[in-house]
Amino acid sequence: MLMYMLKRIASALLTLLAMSALIFVMVRLVGDPAHLLMPPEATDADRALFRQQLGLSDPMPIQYARFLAGLVKGDFGNSFHFGVPALSIVLVRLGPSLTLTLAAMAAALLVGVPLGIASAVWKGRLVEHVMKCFSVAGQAAPPFFFALLMIRFFSVKLGWLPTSGYGGWRHLLLPVLALGWYSAAGLARLTQANLLKVLGSEYILVARLKGVPERHVVLGHALKNALLPIVTFAASQFGILIGGAVSIEAVFAWPGFGSMMVESINQLDFTVVQAAVIVSTLLFILINLAVDVLYAWLDPRIRYGH
Amino acid sequence: MSTSQAVLRVDNLVAEIATPRGLLRVVDGVSFSVDAGRTLGIVGESGSGKSMTCLSLLNLLPAHARIAAGAVWFGGEDLTKKSPRAMRQLRGRRIGMIVQDPMNSLNPLYRIGTQIGEVFKYHHRVFSSRERWRRALAVMERVRIPAAASRIGNYPHQFSGGMRQRIAAAINIACQPELLIADEPTTALDVTIRLQILQLLRDIQSERNTALMLITHDLPLVARFCDEVAVMYAGRIVEQGPVEQVFGAPAHPYTRGLVDAMPRISRRSSRLVTIPGQPPAAGEYDIGCRFAPRCVHATDLCRSRYPELTAFADGTRQVACWYPRQESV
Amino acid sequence: MATDLTSPLSATAETNVAITLTPPVARRSRPYVRHWRLMLAATVLVLIVLSAIFAPWLAPVDPDAMDLAAALQAPSHLHWFGTDPLGRDVLSRTLFGARMSLFIAFCAVFLAGVAGAAIGILSAYFGGWIDGMVMRAADIQYALPPVILAMVLIGIIGPNTSNVIIVITLTNWARFARVLRAEALSLSQRDFVLLARLAGASPWRIALRHLLPGVRDTFLVLLTLDIGLIIILESALSFLGLGVQPPTPSWGSMISDGRAYLENAWWISVMPGLMLMLTVLAANQLGDAFRELRYSAREVE
Repeated sequence: MLMYMLKRIASALLTLLAMSALIFVMVRLVGDPAHLLMPPEATDADRALFRQQLGLSDPMPIQYARFLAGLVKGDFGNSFHFGVPALSIVLVRLGPSLTLTLAAMAAALLVGVPLGIASAVWKGRLVEHVMKCFSVAGQAAPPFFFALLMIRFFSVKLGWLPTSGYGGWRHLLLPVLALGWYSAAGLARLTQANLLKVLGSEYILVARLKGVPERHVVLGHALKNALLPIVTFAASQFGILIGGAVSIEAVFAWPGFGSMMVESINQLDFTVVQAAVIVSTLLFILINLAVDVLYAWLDPRIRYGH
Repeated sequence: MSTSQAVLRVDNLVAEIATPRGLLRVVDGVSFSVDAGRTLGIVGESGSGKSMTCLSLLNLLPAHARIAAGAVWFGGEDLTKKSPRAMRQLRGRRIGMIVQDPMNSLNPLYRIGTQIGEVFKYHHRVFSSRERWRRALAVMERVRIPAAASRIGNYPHQFSGGMRQRIAAAINIACQPELLIADEPTTALDVTIRLQILQLLRDIQSERNTALMLITHDLPLVARFCDEVAVMYAGRIVEQGPVEQVFGAPAHPYTRGLVDAMPRISRRSSRLVTIPGQPPAAGEYDIGCRFAPRCVHATDLCRSRYPELTAFADGTRQVACWYPRQESV
Repeated sequence: MATDLTSPLSATAETNVAITLTPPVARRSRPYVRHWRLMLAATVLVLIVLSAIFAPWLAPVDPDAMDLAAALQAPSHLHWFGTDPLGRDVLSRTLFGARMSLFIAFCAVFLAGVAGAAIGILSAYFGGWIDGMVMRAADIQYALPPVILAMVLIGIIGPNTSNVIIVITLTNWARFARVLRAEALSLSQRDFVLLARLAGASPWRIALRHLLPGVRDTFLVLLTLDIGLIIILESALSFLGLGVQPPTPSWGSMISDGRAYLENAWWISVMPGLMLMLTVLAANQLGDAFRELRYSAREVE
């Protein structure tokens, strides 16, 4: 188990390194950093100074090493749009995004998993058809479209909820519903499929042969096995949710990471873009690692493997 | 066979499966009984209906199958008429069943102490998990699992196939059932382990005078461990009786074929004896004797009318054939 | 009771029960149900694709033709999908938007699929450090959600149609590579490949004749399952202004344009959105049907 974790961590670091190299190369290859990393109104004298400060005349590997050294210290350069360190901007905007994403993940789990269980246990009945409609619809449209429909219906027509903005649970509700629907759909389908497969296993027959009550057979024996792969699925859903959050944040004017990226790309504020890419890669890698570890810990076949 | 001490008596059991082609009878009028302290072997090829018979006894047929007719007498009651709840209380407590595949018969996510102890929770109302653990350990030692105390907290994947069958046996005897059904308990195991497991079952039986039903296609095993044997073919029993008689002097051509097909070192020959042809697919039976297509002695009578199971040799044996070979050992 | 069983006349009087079939149970046969869904989804998808291809002929008016007098009109017999704030016919724009969105999506999914498959199969075939490098590259693509990676790439190389195709390809090839690499690896362990090797077949022959047909089914399933995702990805990019640039209509940018008019001119956003949903729905159903077919074929194996 320890070996497994070490290998995963080493692999993750390598990927992070590769990503940082990639973004470094891309930003510099596409254009002169003295143009890209400075505001458009900078003068030639400014640029010359910048070039000298950043050692842009040095060979690439040296520049990259300097770049890496800066990363480790947390220095990603300054956003020229705001003049403050790029990292601080990224971190500030990360908070609301995480709130949104985690809330959407929670909602998706709370809706999707029970729906999937019910569809497996009462297969062929109404609840299964409801689940199918729910999941087919959820996976057919981009979250931002759902968001617009919901805004029109709940905010404009009914006036129950605010149309946009950042605030308490009333501001959070629509974005979470719009964002989480897609994941809930996938979770419901996967849960149903897994549970049905597990219910056909030999050890479930044996549980019944032991005289275990049916409720416990399904919710104890079967469910535990069925939900194990859901853990890894949830991790992949996290990535999808972050991606969907970008457009949701744009729709609801949610001051999050995604809208920050859109803004900085439109403003050509590449220091922020660089910082954002590296921070989000790191975040992702950490989450995937955590999920891997969790899965390995939960499954005794890996934890106490031979 | 005296039925006065019969723990289980099955009476003309019929089980059907619903398929797109219609309702197929996989168990077509099967009757037998098992006495306390005795072992009944049920032999037959795959598809003869052996496993379905067992599942029918316990009302655990798959969703598309059902018992269409017949009765199953156990403890003075007809099990086919009992409610699911009553059946659940019976299973694991008064009737136990060991299934064929040891590699998949245990839940991979639960420790085996928990899985054994579970029966105490539901049948003996033992709510203390420590007490259940203690009793599980006792049962594990009864089935002679080595180093039980240190291994009780292990997970199924940490045991070999033979050990898992021992654990399955432990689970089944924990509540000391009156009847134990073993559905091909050793087919998936190494030859050396097989005898151990069956000896274990024998020991369990002698301890509590348990009635034992052994379902298998392995004839030498039946010859060695069973008292009575019933031979199934195409959903019905074609011969039944004490094992020495049935194997020593088989009356039915099919049984003869099975016995002859067993390779024996004492009998050298250049070819292995086989029974030509295939058994009929479940539910697709001809009129007349179902073995007739493969029987060298078949006559028009055999092909046109089914020979019901009839007693002979002083009533100790039964055979379903128009021309049974009448010998005794 | 001893009976003389050698004499047939002592047989019991009742004849046996004959064949025990009863009339078929009333159940819908599964193969037909599956077929029906597949056919419907394929038909819908084909219709949409055809109307996208023939948009120039099907569209009632020029999608860019402005008529400010007819601005913001609700759907009517004149304008089936209504008009937008510049008086442009929403139906025509939706059709041309379909053209653009579907063109991009199909190009991208095809490129990602073929490139990913080739990379995956070759990586499995060569093994060693090449395989390691390829898997590392796939990890990098997986290190970020496609939307974010796509946004950054577009930000660097600029938003236009061909760049969108390139970017979507770059952010989606890894799925194909990984899955097909796994397929190729497991296939190469199968007996028929071993036999081919024993018979002296060259590695190229093995790859082309034995491995490629084997992965074909998986490839098709992945392709159809992916189309929906990629259509949504493209619409997201356009919605954010990072995809197809105005005035060229694309579903995503049309939905974005209609945002301000949700209250009084909902059709501007909703019509293209519904078309998008319908297309993705049909594509998803098609992908599901393919996947089921493949699994049932596998069971037969």
